[in-house]
Amino acid sequence: MAGTVALRPCGDFRTTYGGDQTVFPTRLSLAFCFLGIAALCFAPFVFSKYVLSLLIQIGYLGIAALGLNILVGFTGQISIGHAVFFGFGAFASAYFSNKLNVPVFFAIPLAGVATTAVGLLFGVPAARLKGLYLAIATLAAQFILEDFFARASWFTGGVAGTAAKSFSIFGIEMSGDQRYFYVVLAYVVILYLAATNLMRTRDGRALVALRDHYLSAEMMGINLTKYRTMSFGVSAFYAGIGGALYGHYLGFVSVEGFGIFFSIQFLAMVIIGGLGSVMGTLMGTVFMVLLPEAMGGLAKLLSGSYIDRLLSLDEGVVFLREMAIGAVIVLFLIFEPDGLAHRWRQIRAYWKLYPFSH
Amino acid sequence: MDGTLLFQLVLSGLIVGALYGVVAMCFVLIYKASQVVNFAQGEFMLIGAWACWWLLVKFQLPFVAAFLVTLAFMMLFGLILQFVVLKPLIGEPIISVIMVTIGLSIFFQALMKWLFGVSVQPFPPIFAAPDMNVLGLQIRTVYAMSTLISIGIMAAFAWFFKFSRMGLAMRATAFNQQVAQSLGISVRKVFALAWGISAMVSALAGVVVGVVNGVSPALSFFGIKVFPAVILGGLDSIIGAVVGGLVIGVLENVAHYADSQWLHWGNLHEIAPFYVLILILMVRPYGLFGTRDIERV
Repeated sequence: MAGTVALRPCGDFRTTYGGDQTVFPTRLSLAFCFLGIAALCFAPFVFSKYVLSLLIQIGYLGIAALGLNILVGFTGQISIGHAVFFGFGAFASAYFSNKLNVPVFFAIPLAGVATTAVGLLFGVPAARLKGLYLAIATLAAQFILEDFFARASWFTGGVAGTAAKSFSIFGIEMSGDQRYFYVVLAYVVILYLAATNLMRTRDGRALVALRDHYLSAEMMGINLTKYRTMSFGVSAFYAGIGGALYGHYLGFVSVEGFGIFFSIQFLAMVIIGGLGSVMGTLMGTVFMVLLPEAMGGLAKLLSGSYIDRLLSLDEGVVFLREMAIGAVIVLFLIFEPDGLAHRWRQIRAYWKLYPFSH
Repeated sequence: MDGTLLFQLVLSGLIVGALYGVVAMCFVLIYKASQVVNFAQGEFMLIGAWACWWLLVKFQLPFVAAFLVTLAFMMLFGLILQFVVLKPLIGEPIISVIMVTIGLSIFFQALMKWLFGVSVQPFPPIFAAPDMNVLGLQIRTVYAMSTLISIGIMAAFAWFFKFSRMGLAMRATAFNQQVAQSLGISVRKVFALAWGISAMVSALAGVVVGVVNGVSPALSFFGIKVFPAVILGGLDSIIGAVVGGLVIGVLENVAHYADSQWLHWGNLHEIAPFYVLILILMVRPYGLFGTRDIERV
């Protein structure tokens, strides 16, 4: 997907504009995508509650991470404050459904719109700044909004946090992992398709042009301010939706937990998955959700052994997880800066062109 | 607000601000030499402080010896870090470089938490007298020491960049890498040394903060506080870093006072620098002393 803007392995040529712009490069990949979605529809009947909760987590985090990838990977802007937009979406949706009695079904998109508004507010400096300065500006936004969450008790419930209603549609309660899974799945499919299509439009190409060479883009008549702000808004929208889904899933939103570390995890998902790749974002999210689980499993595997006694793993596993995240970011940037998506494309090209690939 | 109180606020702000200034200088040093924004500056302080604490408590070394060993270790640490992690990334896009330093910062922060725990550990007392008398003012000895050390570092930096051969080579590299290289300056050495010196001096500041407040993971937040200072002063100006640090230090203290007297917001002093940061970025992104970016096609 979205092969138009990402790196392409050697030997993978396109000969027509149409071929370059398809959502699905081959009929087989189209079939695989539909089969995958259809298979996921049966997931609640097959998997345990634990696996389902992981899948739901991948879903809402993946949506937010996709927003960040549109900003970072496609537009080349940097944001170190994505988690607060995610948090804002969660609080906004809870606020709309609790205080204004909006049904949750409408509260979630509404929360996305509200988060877009906040994102545009912080996107005003984004329109003027770039690169490193923008990174620092979003860092400030992170701390300012986090502080706002703790202070605005009318909106967030203050230190006590706020409860979020469960999702229902046509009077059917979609609570519990098994039912809520479908809600998240629907959002993931819609928003991922929307993002892929965005990249095939004039606006999407403008974003990419802006990333690759903003001076040339401006000379070609692309309004830099407009597109930088737009990209920030779209990214905030995705974060808001992801956050709202998170809030209604847990049923409770706490003021804590949207810290800078969470923002960095989003960035890690995008980088590990592959900057400027829609499907890569999902791969990166899967990786980042499974990494802490794998670390926990590793600690459990080693429990009682010599290494465990030496390092006191049971209390150190929290730190081990954090360290793993930091290490993975560094290692990926040094050894595979184009992410899992690129690696996947290379593997695919290797088989497709079998004896003649290099 | 009466005069003495204001004086006291400004004075304690300047003492903290001088430390911000020192760390900001280290940050600017790396940025100037190698165009890397180092998000792990606070972790350098943390590692240095913990290393010194460990040598003092576990090995009962005298303070001066532990201090010197720490500095030597951190110098080596900075050099190795540059060689192993940052060198492969020369020429990569800015997001990669920023993310690598963020990754390093997370990694080392968690590692330190694992090794030394999360609670505050006080340094063993270093001075015989906790208070001293300077011109009729009662000052805690550690504060006097911290101020003296900060001023000492600033003077050393000034000398280094003005008169030493390596310092001049660094300035030349910062000005134009290609020209510097053609004049026989080893850019590779300059990069490595910038990281080494920066890690060492940050660790020095970390030890000072540790002696004053005790060592804890919260110390690495200093590295984030440096951003308002650096942006205020200008990213590529050493003098700007010092001035920015002092201003942010005073601002924090004044905001703290205003908060406790009138506003009762609770933690204004922690957030105020970031509002200033946004404001500066909107009005004058290159800071007070920084060079303005002019792009030519």
